This record gives sequence, C-alpha cells and structure tokens, in this order.
Amino acid sequence: MTEWLERHVPKMVLAPSFVAVLIFVYGFIFWTAWVSFTRSKLMPRYEIKGFIQYERLFASPRWDTAMDNLFIFGTLFIGISMILGLFLAILLDQKIRAEGALRTIYLYPMALSMIVTGTAWKWIMNPGLGIEATVRSWGFESFTFNWITDPKMAIYAVVVAAVWQASGFVMALFLAGLRSVDEEIIKAAQVDGIPTWRIYSAIIIPSMAPIFLSAFIVLAHLAIKSFDLVIALTGGGPGYATDLPATYMYAMAFSRGDIGQAASSAMVMMGVVFAIVVPYLYSELRAKHD
Amino acid sequence: MKKSVFAAAVVASFVASNIAKAEPQAEVLHWWTSGGEAKSVAVLQKEFADNGGTWTDMPVAGGGGDAAMTALRARVLSGNAPTAVQLKGPAIQEWYEEGVLADISAVAEEKGWDTVLPASIAGHMKCEGSWCAAPVNVHRVDWIWANADVLEANGIAMPNTWDEFNAAADKLQAAGVIPLAHGGQAWQDATVFEAVALGLGGPEFYQQALVDLDPAALQSDTMIAVFDQMRKLRGYVDGNFSGRDWNLATAMVMNGEAAFQIMGDWAKGEFLAAGKAPGEDFLCSSTPGNGYLYVVDSFAMFDVDGDDKKAGQNLLADLIMGPNFQEVFNLNKGSIPARTDVALDKFESCAHTSAADMAASSDEGSLLPSYAHGMALRGAQAGAITDVVTAHFNSDMSSADAVKMLADAVANSL
Repeated sequence: MTEWLERHVPKMVLAPSFVAVLIFVYGFIFWTAWVSFTRSKLMPRYEIKGFIQYERLFASPRWDTAMDNLFIFGTLFIGISMILGLFLAILLDQKIRAEGALRTIYLYPMALSMIVTGTAWKWIMNPGLGIEATVRSWGFESFTFNWITDPKMAIYAVVVAAVWQASGFVMALFLAGLRSVDEEIIKAAQVDGIPTWRIYSAIIIPSMAPIFLSAFIVLAHLAIKSFDLVIALTGGGPGYATDLPATYMYAMAFSRGDIGQAASSAMVMMGVVFAIVVPYLYSELRAKHD
Repeated sequence: MKKSVFAAAVVASFVASNIAKAEPQAEVLHWWTSGGEAKSVAVLQKEFADNGGTWTDMPVAGGGGDAAMTALRARVLSGNAPTAVQLKGPAIQEWYEEGVLADISAVAEEKGWDTVLPASIAGHMKCEGSWCAAPVNVHRVDWIWANADVLEANGIAMPNTWDEFNAAADKLQAAGVIPLAHGGQAWQDATVFEAVALGLGGPEFYQQALVDLDPAALQSDTMIAVFDQMRKLRGYVDGNFSGRDWNLATAMVMNGEAAFQIMGDWAKGEFLAAGKAPGEDFLCSSTPGNGYLYVVDSFAMFDVDGDDKKAGQNLLADLIMGPNFQEVFNLNKGSIPARTDVALDKFESCAHTSAADMAASSDEGSLLPSYAHGMALRGAQAGAITDVVTAHFNSDMSSADAVKMLADAVANSL
C-alpha cells in the first residue's frame, strides 16, 4: 500500500495542474489557431475560411511596423542589456567595498513594474518637461532630445527605458555566474601572470555560456511579450510608430472587434517565440543526453 | 411631482399590460465612471429606483470602453447578458447581427420616439426596422474652441474657412502663440481629420468617403487636399504634443498658451469646470465648413429572460428618453439632448448653437455620424483609417502616399 502510494501520490498531486495547463495553455493555443482561420469579428465564429486573416495581416503596414519594431527593440534591448549587465557585473566583481548596496541599487529597477518605468521615463524624456527642458534651462538652448516625439526615434526611447529596467537583473545573473567560476583556475592564471582582461575574455566568460543562454532566453521573452512598457511610455505613438505585435494584437482584439485578425497575429507571435525557444530546448535536451 | 405621477402611470401601464406584479429589474453595463459622467448616470439610477425598479449597476472602467466590451463579450458568451449596455453607433448593429438584442419597439412607438428624434439619429437606434436602443445625448465633434483674449489681442476673428484658419494660425505663430492645441493620440488626430474632411469636402464628400467608404472618394483630389491641410495643421501644433491628453490641450487654450483647439463638446465641460464663461473667456463655433458631426451615446437593450427584467428594460428605455432625464443628464455631461423637444433654457450658448445647428443640418441632410468616435463605421474600418491618418500626421508622408495607403487600408479591413 505504502509502496503504491509512494508511486502514485506524485502523479495524483500533479494531475490537476497538468490538466489545467493542458486546457488553459494548449487548449487555448489550439482555440486561437482555429479562430485565426475564421472571419471572426466581434464574437468568435467557427467556420473555417482559410488564410484570409494571415493575408490581411501581412498586407497591413501597421503590422509591418510592429514586426520591424520588435526586431529593432528585441535586438537592441537584448544586446545592450547583456553588454551593460556583463560590464556592471565585472566591475562589481572586483571585490569592491559596499558591493551589497551597489548591487541592490542596480537591481532595484527590476522591482518596479513596467508601467511605472514607462510612466517615469515618459516624463523624463518629454521634451517640454524632462531632460531637454532641463538642459536648455542651463543655457544650452540648442540641445534637443526629442526621441519620444519623433516617430523615427521613438522605438529607441522604448529601448532606453527597457534597458534601464532589465540591465540590473542581467547584472545579477552574470555576477552569480562570475562567482561560480572556480577560484583555483583564476588564481592559477594570475600566478602565470596573465593580464586580468585575458582572464575574463579567455577563461571566465567562456565558462559562463549557460548563463548567457539563460539571460538571453529571459530577455527574449520579455522583449516579445513587452506590452505594458509601450502602453505607458508612448501609447504606441507617435502615430503607431512604436507599436509592437502585442499592442497590435490588443488593439485588434479589444478595441476594434476584429478577433480573427488578433488571433492570426497571436499565432505569428507564438511562431516567433518558438523560433527562439525550440533551438534552446533542443540544445538543452541534447546536452542532457550526452 | 407631475413627472413622477406620469412615470408612475407608465410603470402602471407596463404592469397592467405585460406582466403580473413583477418588479422591474435592470442590470446596466456602462463606463461612465468619472466625475460628471458618474453624476449623470446616478440621475438615471435614482429615477429608476423612484419608479420602483431595482437597478444593478455594472460599471466597467478602462480603455475608453474596451474593458466594458470585453466584459460584455464574456457575459454574452456565457448566455447571461446585462439588461442594457452603453453602446453606440454601428456597434449596436454588430451586436444585433450576433442575435442578442431585444426589441423595444413597444415603448418606442407608444412614446412616439420617431417624432422627437432626428431621422439619422433614430436610424442608429433601429435594428432592421425595430427599435433596439435608446439614445441619451448628442455630442457634436466638429467644434473649434478658442481663447477669446488671445484672439482679441491678435485681432483675429473665429475662422469661417480653412484658409482663414491658416491665415490666423500664421499670424498667431508669428506672434509667438501656439496656434493649435492638440494631443498626439490617434483618436485626436482622427477627430481633427474628420473635421477637416467635412470642412474641405462638404457633407456629400464626407458621406461618400468616411461613411460609405467609396474608393473613388477615398482616392479623390479632395482627399489629397484634406491630407495637405492636415500637414499644415501639423505645423501649427507645438513640438511637445505627442501623447498629450485632450484635456491638457484644452488647458493650453484656457491659459492662453495656445489659441485654438479642435475637439468635441466634451471640451466645453473643461472650460466650464474651470469657471470660464462661453462668449467671454472662450469662444465656440463649428469648424470651418458646412455640416454637423455627431456622437450619440445610447443604451442597447439585450435579450433577457424573465418578466421582471423585461419590465425593467422597458421602464429603463422609457426613462432614458424621458425629457427630464435628457435635460439633467446633458446638463451634467456637456452634450445636448437627443430629443429635439426638450427646452434648452438651462443650457449655455454653445449648447444652443449645437441644438440649432443639429435641427438645421438634419433638415438639409448634413447631419452626419462621426467616424473618429465610432458612429459611422465598424471598429476594423474606422481603425484602419485612423492608422493612416495618424501615421501621416506623425511623419513626413506625402498626401498622395497617404491617400493610396488609405484606400489600401480600407480595402484590407473589409
């Protein structure tokens, strides 16, 4: 009896959450996929009408902008956050005084919600109130920093706010990685008289590859699902210059009563996520088998 | 006193005719949750209770009604629709097509709604000939507001044509005043756009392009001229306009930082709340051109089960269209009554202009639904047009490109 329980209790305990995930995640993915092939408008309808929603989606200039923005935002956000995070982590790794306090300061932005970050940066970057107005009031009359109101630059303003929010978190990840490298190897290298930058570039950073991958995955999914930051910072504007796929989907589903269109954009977003996550899972699983 | 006797008689007639001693019940979904709006809805709530009804309030704030629509979808999908829902324009017809709206023709015909409502507004309230919604108010969208002192100091009169407007704006700009207070949000861009389209193209063009979505009109030279004017207006707003809320733009006109604002008559509420007097501190007139763009808030009646709910629905419909509610509500909200037979003694001068223009334009067929505020088109089409308008306004796109993009976007949204 006890043996039977030992064998089956874990399964029974896991079963409800397994069923819930099956329905509420995979079930609704399937539902969304189905709806994306229909002409659903205000309410879902279930007659399959082919690829019409995808044709409309790819003909829409707004969707083009959203995908371009995702690419720009994703690349810069992930790249800059990782570089900045690594740099900060290496600086903190120099056994400096008050490391704990500094670490907390850098990590704090992560404790804020994206809405707060967005609202704060909206005012900071507002040309009439924030940085531009301040610098001008110091006497530099020609200083301009109007990214947030310039449709060509607005997406970079979003990157600035997002990097500010996430780079401290990346720093913490990397710091943990740096600390996990075997002290003995580093000491041996120092005894051999290898310069510090070589120790980092040839020994420590290569041995942190899994951390890089984790940081990348975390940042990538943050980038793809970012929604609240854009809503709070620019509202998708000026015009729809800072639209991202998530805000596009929201507008279609909840403002415009175009559920089929929203479903098709959601499916494309899911495709993008899979394109990133599947290679990761594959490499993880293969690594375990080896 | 007389009114409540009258209302009681109405209730009595329902009790007698339709139902046996069921108490009227209504669950009302709306998103009038802020200041004056909440006060306005409380008036209706009180009248409903005074007539023996039980009102279940279901306010869902957020997203300019988006959140409420999401709640409504969930309720309808679960087969438990509210009694009445704040809906407007083509959304009423969209829900009708889903087969979930009730027929309130009995009340409407008994009370002769057809004779007291302008024909085009009555049209929105009917689903294939039967009444399915009750109108609450009429907002006019094509208003231009101005700071009286600024205009006087610069020797400018309210413009009657867009050329006059441009000349005035150039003069103001030279004098260091921001000519046009504007907030760079898509719906505000669209609000200005439709006022320009009506002004430059006239009511017929507006009807063809933004109501009937006639491709020829959408790609016409008139539309190019409309976008040219939008580009001009872009030059008249300050550099800091992106994302600004409309009431902040109104405040700029109020404190003399800017001269004009093009905005619906909810802006009037801001002026009045700040203690400004129409005609003295601020001026109102329709935007240059001929015609009248309206937004009519209304309650659509959903199919409900049970005599008590049906009685509640009929009572609610009757109260909404009652002259008393129409007056009190619109005094609070800044709009004018949808009923044309309500005395306007308590309203200020801008509302009188609005009511007179509504009657006149209704007679000559230029009383038109606002596209920017969801009265003329369904969400997908209106959204597609707004996307183009705001993309053009916020970039250096040429008018010809914008017109082409407009035609493509509209075709793609159908």
